[in-house]
Amino acid sequence: MTDNINSTKFEPVLLGRLGRPNSASLASYQADGGYSALRKALTMTQTQIVDLVKDSGLRGRGGAGFPTGLKWSFLPQNISGPIYMCINGDESEPGTFNNRILIEEDPHQVLEGIVIGSYATRATTAYFYLRYEYGRCYRTLQKAVDEMYAAGLLGKNILGSDYSLDIHLHRGACAYICGEETGLIESLEGKRAWPRIKPPFPAVEGAFRRPTVVNNVETMACVTHIVNRGAEWFKSIGVPKDPSNPRDAGSYGPKLYCISGHVNKPGLVELPLGVTARELIDQHAGGVWKGRKAKAVVPGGISMGFMSADELDTPLDFAGPGRVGCLGLGTAAVVVIDDHTSMVDVLYNCCRFFAHESCGQCTPCREGTAWSTKILERMRAGRGKIGDIDLLLEISGSIGTMPGTTICGLADGAAWPIKNAIQKFRPELEEYIRSGRKAEAPQLAGAH
Amino acid sequence: MSELSEDTKQKIRDHFGRYPTKQAVTLPALHMVQDEKRCVSNKAMEEIAEILELAPSQIHDTLSFYGYFRTEDAPLGETRVWICRSLPCMLRGGEELLAELCGRWGISPGETTADGKITLELAECLGACDGAPCMLVGDELSLRMTADSVEQQVRG
Repeated sequence: MTDNINSTKFEPVLLGRLGRPNSASLASYQADGGYSALRKALTMTQTQIVDLVKDSGLRGRGGAGFPTGLKWSFLPQNISGPIYMCINGDESEPGTFNNRILIEEDPHQVLEGIVIGSYATRATTAYFYLRYEYGRCYRTLQKAVDEMYAAGLLGKNILGSDYSLDIHLHRGACAYICGEETGLIESLEGKRAWPRIKPPFPAVEGAFRRPTVVNNVETMACVTHIVNRGAEWFKSIGVPKDPSNPRDAGSYGPKLYCISGHVNKPGLVELPLGVTARELIDQHAGGVWKGRKAKAVVPGGISMGFMSADELDTPLDFAGPGRVGCLGLGTAAVVVIDDHTSMVDVLYNCCRFFAHESCGQCTPCREGTAWSTKILERMRAGRGKIGDIDLLLEISGSIGTMPGTTICGLADGAAWPIKNAIQKFRPELEEYIRSGRKAEAPQLAGAH
Repeated sequence: MSELSEDTKQKIRDHFGRYPTKQAVTLPALHMVQDEKRCVSNKAMEEIAEILELAPSQIHDTLSFYGYFRTEDAPLGETRVWICRSLPCMLRGGEELLAELCGRWGISPGETTADGKITLELAECLGACDGAPCMLVGDELSLRMTADSVEQQVRG
């Protein structure tokens, strides 16, 4: 571990204002220097800001880790007509709650980043897509947006500049798929949230068939700090690029890690990218509960799969989870599963989630998630067959953009828990089937 | 006789300025109607369609995609309670909590108590895993729930 990822020295940035009195108010935010980044940004050219964000190495915090500055630079140049900014606040990946806390506690930090990002991409309207369940966030954001209009931070000629922007809050209706950026766009347009075939990518043809950028909430909070403190500061935090891998984009900056499941102190902690799961659990979450050991750990929301107990020293940066067979860092939502828990129950829970949330557009995902759930139900009823394991593996190998059978990447996320559970816990699954054990958890009639 | 009040219709039209198309007001309109009526009836869908210059089937197509909206054959009770059962909540008793409430209230997930007071729903990840098992009442999250604390909060 290098010095700059020694988390004991790390001062929170994104959560730096947590616990201040009225931390969500404009007055309190400005008293702490808020909107200085926007003032600075408005003196810069759009290209300068895009270059600054590119130089910082900022990668999207929503799950895919795509470089933010690069995404912005894909917008066509010199075109007439509107460009849209969409903020993805549909946070629905099991284990993930960082955006909720960020918005409830410090909305202006996020909104400042949105205005800067919109200015940099020449967007004149921003839609903040917020999952419906976050009612408190909605009211906090609406109040913050109202304060901004009253203070000249939104609307016509922001802070006396030539730049004008409106932000509209748009509430979802309880659908996981709206976190997929083109699903989000379809939902914003008032339709079922079926992801679009790409290309065209949203940068070329997005919301209302216009060039559109979709960015995550935490990503926009990072933009505020990058403009304030510079690209070099951001790059001094986290894990540098691997020089031996030309495709590695590095893992720079602070990251909000959500910790839940079987730990003594579940919660949100901000650390440099690259902290290990073991350090998160032992030093920041009070250890595994009841004096038990971890059996498996989800590195970044259930769609990323599982790390086994001997993989806990894996750094949770953009590259780390992939090196141990997980799909990626995802949302950095760490879910700890103790050694008293059946992996059959865990996998069943994951499969049922994806069967419930599959949007139904692509047959392999719609059918594959449903059948994998049914196979696990049969196992939990004590009627599993040894061949079920290979059947599950076959299903998981046929769902997703990697085998090329689905439109969106969320299907790969449905496949990954199955793949990892079988790769890493196959003897336990086989033993479960052979013993004819039945699940202890309550079964509810009609609960699908 | 109109299903939607003139006030609701005006609130729907007030959203037009926010979007380049009227269809984009579909979700806001469905939310407004369901908040007021506890479901979105066929008549309400027709009236929303008329305001948004769409076919009623387009409104129904969108409505039926989102698990959140209720049609007139299954209106909501006064209070809608969601209990999360996704992995972080499951690991800390979310499924047992849901089963216990089903037993106490004599209903299955998705159903409403006979007195029309409570609709119980199972939820997939509510985004409050730091306080598992968690609950959503209306649009407010509550953390670290037990069957007793749910009843206290919901029934008073």
